[in-house]
Order: sequence, then C-alpha cells, then structure tokens
Amino acid sequence: MNLKNLSINLKNKKRLIPQVLTLLFIVLGISYFAFNAQVNMGNRGISFGYGFLSQEASFDIGFSLIDYDGSHTYARAFLVGLLNTLLVSFIGILLATLIGVTVGIGRLSSNYLVAKFSEVYVEVFRNIPLLLQLFFWYFAALRALPLPEQAINFNDISYLTVKGWYVPKFLWINFSTFVFSIMAAIVAIIFVSKYAKKQREEFGKYVPSFYIGIGLFFLIPALSFLIGGVSLDFEIPVLKQMTTTIFNFQGGVSIIPELLSLAMALSMYTATFIAENVRAGILGIGKGQKEAAASIGLTKVQILKLVVLPQALRIIIPPTTNQYLNLTKNSSLAAAIAYPDLVLVFAGTALMQTGRAIEIVSITMGTYLLISLLISSFMNWYNKSVAIKEK
Amino acid sequence: MYLNLLKPNKKNLSAYLVLGISLLSFGFIDIFSNTFLKFNITGFFPGLVTYFSPMLLGAFGLHFIRIEYSGNKTLDAINKNLNSSNFNAILSLIVIFIIIKYLPLLLNWAFFDANFLGSSKEDCTGNGACWVFVKVWFNRFMYGMYPDAEQWRINFSFLILLSSIGSIFVLPNKFKKYIILFLLFIFPIISLNLISGGLFGLKLIKTGAWGGLSLTFIVSAFALIFCFPIGVFLALGRRSNLPAIKYSSIGFIELWRGVPLITVLFMSAVMFPMFLPDGTYMDKLMRVIIAITLFEAAYMAEVVRGGLQALPRGQYDAAKSLGMGYWRMHFLIILPQALKLVIPGIANTFLALVKDTPLIFVVGLLELAGMIGLAKTNPEWLGMAAEGYVFAAFVFWIICFAMSRYSLNLERKLSTER
Repeated sequence: MNLKNLSINLKNKKRLIPQVLTLLFIVLGISYFAFNAQVNMGNRGISFGYGFLSQEASFDIGFSLIDYDGSHTYARAFLVGLLNTLLVSFIGILLATLIGVTVGIGRLSSNYLVAKFSEVYVEVFRNIPLLLQLFFWYFAALRALPLPEQAINFNDISYLTVKGWYVPKFLWINFSTFVFSIMAAIVAIIFVSKYAKKQREEFGKYVPSFYIGIGLFFLIPALSFLIGGVSLDFEIPVLKQMTTTIFNFQGGVSIIPELLSLAMALSMYTATFIAENVRAGILGIGKGQKEAAASIGLTKVQILKLVVLPQALRIIIPPTTNQYLNLTKNSSLAAAIAYPDLVLVFAGTALMQTGRAIEIVSITMGTYLLISLLISSFMNWYNKSVAIKEK
Repeated sequence: MYLNLLKPNKKNLSAYLVLGISLLSFGFIDIFSNTFLKFNITGFFPGLVTYFSPMLLGAFGLHFIRIEYSGNKTLDAINKNLNSSNFNAILSLIVIFIIIKYLPLLLNWAFFDANFLGSSKEDCTGNGACWVFVKVWFNRFMYGMYPDAEQWRINFSFLILLSSIGSIFVLPNKFKKYIILFLLFIFPIISLNLISGGLFGLKLIKTGAWGGLSLTFIVSAFALIFCFPIGVFLALGRRSNLPAIKYSSIGFIELWRGVPLITVLFMSAVMFPMFLPDGTYMDKLMRVIIAITLFEAAYMAEVVRGGLQALPRGQYDAAKSLGMGYWRMHFLIILPQALKLVIPGIANTFLALVKDTPLIFVVGLLELAGMIGLAKTNPEWLGMAAEGYVFAAFVFWIICFAMSRYSLNLERKLSTER
C-alpha cells in the first residue's frame, strides 16, 4: 500500500516538477521585467496607461483613407495607419495572386521559353531580400520616372510621373444602391449554381449556369444604373501650371510612389512563393486522376474544373494563406520608405511624441497578432471544411 | 500546287517551310529594325497593325511551320517545345520579343555603357551604370565603419569559420563531431572577442562601428547558431504531454509568429531597455541578435514540429520498448530522423533569416543595405541608388541562391528512400 502510493507520487512528481519550474520561470521573468519597468517609468515620471489615445495627436499624415489632421486623436491616427496597412496588403495580395498563379502555371508550361522565363523570375526575386527590392523600386526605379510636364501618358486619362500615378476619380451617385445590386447579383449567382447542381444531380438536366451567372453579374448592376438612379462620372487629372516652372496634376486620385513601390515589391516577392505553391499543387495531382477523368469522357475544361482544381486547391490554399499573412506582416517594411502604415505612424511618430514605448509597441504587436490569429483561425475552419471526408 | 493554309501538312513541307520561315524572319527583321535602327519597316500599315506587325507576322510564320512528324529533327524539336499551338506560339514570341527589346538595354546599362575606372562621380561619363561608386565604397560596404587597420580581425574570423567548415568535408568522420562542437561553442566566443577587441591588447571597437556585409554575416551566423537549438526545444515543448510546458510553448511560438520582425526590432530598441534594471545597458547589437534569434526560433520550431509529426508512431514505440527515456529517445532516434525530413524547411528558415537581416536598419545598425543607403545620400555620390541596390541585390542573391542549392544537394544526399 505504502509502496504503491510512493510510486504514484514519484510519477506525479516527474510530471509536476518540470511544469512547476516552467511556470515559476515565466512568472518570475515577467514580474522581474514588470518591476523594472515600473521603477524606470517612475524615475522618468510617466505612468502606465492607455489614456493618451484620446489626446490630440498634433502630427500630420501624408496619405490617409479617412479624414485626418493634427487635431484628431492618437486613436484616429492609429486607425489611419491600420487602414493604410490593410490597403497596401489588399493590393499586394491581389497582385501577388495574379502574378503567382500565372508564373506557377507558366513553370509547368510545355513551352520551353515560358517555363524558363518563369523559373528565372522565381529564382531571381525569391532570393533577394524584400527590403532591397523595396529600396530598388522606390529609390532607383520610380525616381527615374519623368516630371509631371513629361508624364507617361495612358490615353489622356491616366498619367505616371515621379510624383505618383494619377488615375481618374470615380464620382458616384447613389453608390450604396450599386453595392447592393452587386451583392444581389452574387446571391442570385449562388442560387442559380445551386439550382443547376440540383437539376444536374437529380434529373440529369444541364443548366448553363456559367453563362447565366455572367449574364446576371452584368445585368443586375446595369439595372441599378437604368432604374436605380445610380450614375458614375469620372474626374480626369489635368496638368496645371503652378508657377512658371512647376507643373502638377490636379483632380483625379494620386497614388503616391510609396504605395506603388511597396505594392510592387510586396507582390513581386510574395508571387514567387505563391507560384511555387501553385506548381506544387498542380504537380501533386497524379497523372492517373487526369487520365481517369478523361477515360470517363469528361472534356478538358470539365477535367480542370471538376477533377484537378478541387484537389489542387486543397494543396495550394493553406500555404498560400500563410503567404498572404507574411505579405501583411511584411507590409510593415513601409516604415523604411515612409509610407504611413501602422508601424510608421504609430510605432514611429506617435511613439516619438508620447514616449510611451510599452503601450505603443504592445498595441502595434497586438494588432498584428490579432490579424494573424483571425486569418489563421479562419484557415483552420476552411481546412476542416475542405478536408477529404473519409467514410 | 495547292497549299492548305489552315492546316499545314507534310506533303508540301518545303513550300510551307519557305512561307513560314520567310514570314517569321520578316517579323524578326521588323522588330530588330524597330529596336536598334529606329526604323519601322511596316510603318505603312494603319496604327495598331503597325504596332503588332512583328507579332502577327511571327504568329502566321509559326503557324505554317507547325507540321507534326515532319521528319526534320530541328523542326520537330522547335514545334514541340515552342510552337505546339497558336497560344504557345504567341507566348514564345512575346518572350522572345521581350528579350530582344529589354536585354540589350539591361546589358548596355550594366556592362557596355558602364564606367568601371576612376575614383569620383565625375569619372562616370557614360550613360550606363557607375560602378565606380561600388568600387570606391567597396570597403565600407564590406566592413562598415570598422577601422581599416583592424579589418584583418574580421577577415581572420571568417577565415577560421570557412576553414573549419571546409575541414568538415575533408577530414574523416571521427573529427567531424569535434569541429561541429568547436563551431557551436568555442568559435562564437573567439570571433566575438576578436572582432570587438578589448582583450590581449586588441583595440576595442564598439558595435556601432560594425557594419556592411560582415555585419550581415555576424548577425545571421549568431542567430543561426542559437535559433536552431531553441527551435528544437520549443518544438519538443509543443509536443509535450505536460500541459504547462505545452501551452507556454504554443503561446511563445504563436506570439512571435504573429508579429512582423520590424515590430520585434522596435521592441528590442525602445521597449526592452525599459525592462532592464535602471542603469544597466545592453549592447544594441546584442539586443538585435537576441530579438532575431527568438523570432526565427519560433519559425524553426514549427518546421521541426512538422518533422516530428511526420514520423510514424512505431519509431517512438520501438525506442520506448528498448527502455530509452525521453531525452535518449529524442536525441538518438526521433530527432535525427525528424530533422532529416525537414531539411528543406530548415534551409528555408535560414534563408529567411539571412534575408531578414537588412531590417536591423530600424535600430540604426547599418549592414550592407544600410551602408548603401548611407553612401547614396553622400553629397558627392547622389543619384547612385540603382547601382548600389543592384550590387547589394546581386550579393544577397548569390548567398541565398547558393544556400538553396546546397540544401537541395543535402536533401538528396541524406535521403534514405530507395
């Protein structure tokens, strides 16, 4: 009896001691740092707290998606930075996917030149640090663009200059109606494709859902223009003479060179990784799958749509989402070229002004952490839903 | 003679070939004269057709020579690799035209119009790149602000590193273990003391003066050495069945993986000094190396975990049935196999680490990219950004490409699959 108790105790001890030591180590470490921080802050006469967020920021931000000037609060400045980060990440993700999928398929092309070209692209851009690429685009390539008076002209509606890319501005009337019409079109397309699937599976009838879908996608927004009172006007940038020597464009939207170079560097760098994922995904589908599909009489498009893509996507999507996450995190390199993203605005300017290192760095890191956790939990959910259901 | 223009066949091979090749060569002559002679042969066509004329001529030409099983080996090879369909033909033409249009420009800029000789910006008279800039600043790009007279110390440490790595390949297996132990434990101490000085009459050189490519190597070498064991322990911790250890490992890994490196460096620069006792000071470079090490260790942990998960259960059971304890089982049976499985992942993490080192500019340390940023703002060398960054990109590319090729090699060599 005694012996048995002892052995249980021993086993418990073996499990308990390392855990207690770990926890002790963590708690001691944190309290040591917290104590030091308190002493240091006490010496400098600042107290810990997030109250500064509602104070007036009194600094300007060069590029903002929402109304902002120096009289707004630090919280508003944080929001401006966050939105700028999300904007450049969104553009980068779109471009990276586009380039990545093209290059990834290109690497598998039967065309020797295309395959080699794609390979060279991947090997070159993957092995150069992103920061260098960013510097190259910003300090070397975009600085070589012409001045406004000799702007590169795209059909008189858009101009590329050293000061940025000027594109027409959309002037919407009843924009919300248009958005609703697009949402309605998407719902209708989903409904049609479900109906088509049901017809096909239950009655063996073929409904051309793809063409109906395309039709709906254009028809419903078009209706919103005809009867919904939506209208769209463009404001085209025009070259104006400021002084005798200085010209600049007015009107339209100016995409600043910082945003351009950041989006370019991020997308071209991340595209190489996406391309490798796409290639791995397509290579991961056995030849037998395609041959089996062909042998039961599916057409080439059907093989791609019904057999190859669903399986390849299952391989491609998880690592690609990881790349999207990396791109979002890498967008913080914006600080190096003064694009006002979260890090530059908040961990840079705001920190310099308030001196509240712990609060500001923790908010910044917490924001990125939150974005990562949100995307990765969404990914886990998605992975579960597409996982092969074995019976 | 009747030629089926829609479907070229083998019957009139030579006629099709003459037609196709003449169209094709006319397209090429057109684009050559456009690019190099500034003369548009097909200028008499209306606007858009002129622009696309080389493409149209080339596409028709390739269409006519697309004859399957023609019997001519060269023709068959061309058709198979470049010209298997109209779509492929147009893609090939696009790639060729891009090369014809832009490769000469690039080569001219980098070599033929470039300036290699001289010692100041005034010596750069050509239209191309001014490599004089790189030549003049080369020493700074390599060693940062490290005093010229003391640079042998950096060279010497790298010589030790290279020769001991080289001897791993040459010496018999018996000594390998000792060399690796030397590299892991003794070499870092020796080289750190050698480079920073202060001992044995060597002049003390503060880390603020370190810089250039050697700093890139120093930071990545130290982070590499330390992040690997930490990563392995974190991975084991994450797979542990002791809840406290498991969840603290998960928390640690996810925390570092969820934030960008630049914010970690910010933390090490502005937030970390607040956490130290008042009056103590930790060297900036040291803080940066710790930050990068912890950051990459989290990624390394995930890679190693992948390998641990991929091992079949039987390996664990077999080790346990031999009476091995936890540590013996992991170090003798599990880790050697698991690490071999994830060599590509480890190599990728190392590559990412090397590519991340330029980020240390945020705390004011200037490695290669940072030194170029400094040099290009020098009033005597304004406008040299392109040369500087192309040079740095080239250096990094060589390092990273060599590493990735080496990892491929290693993977193939260690593969036990038959």
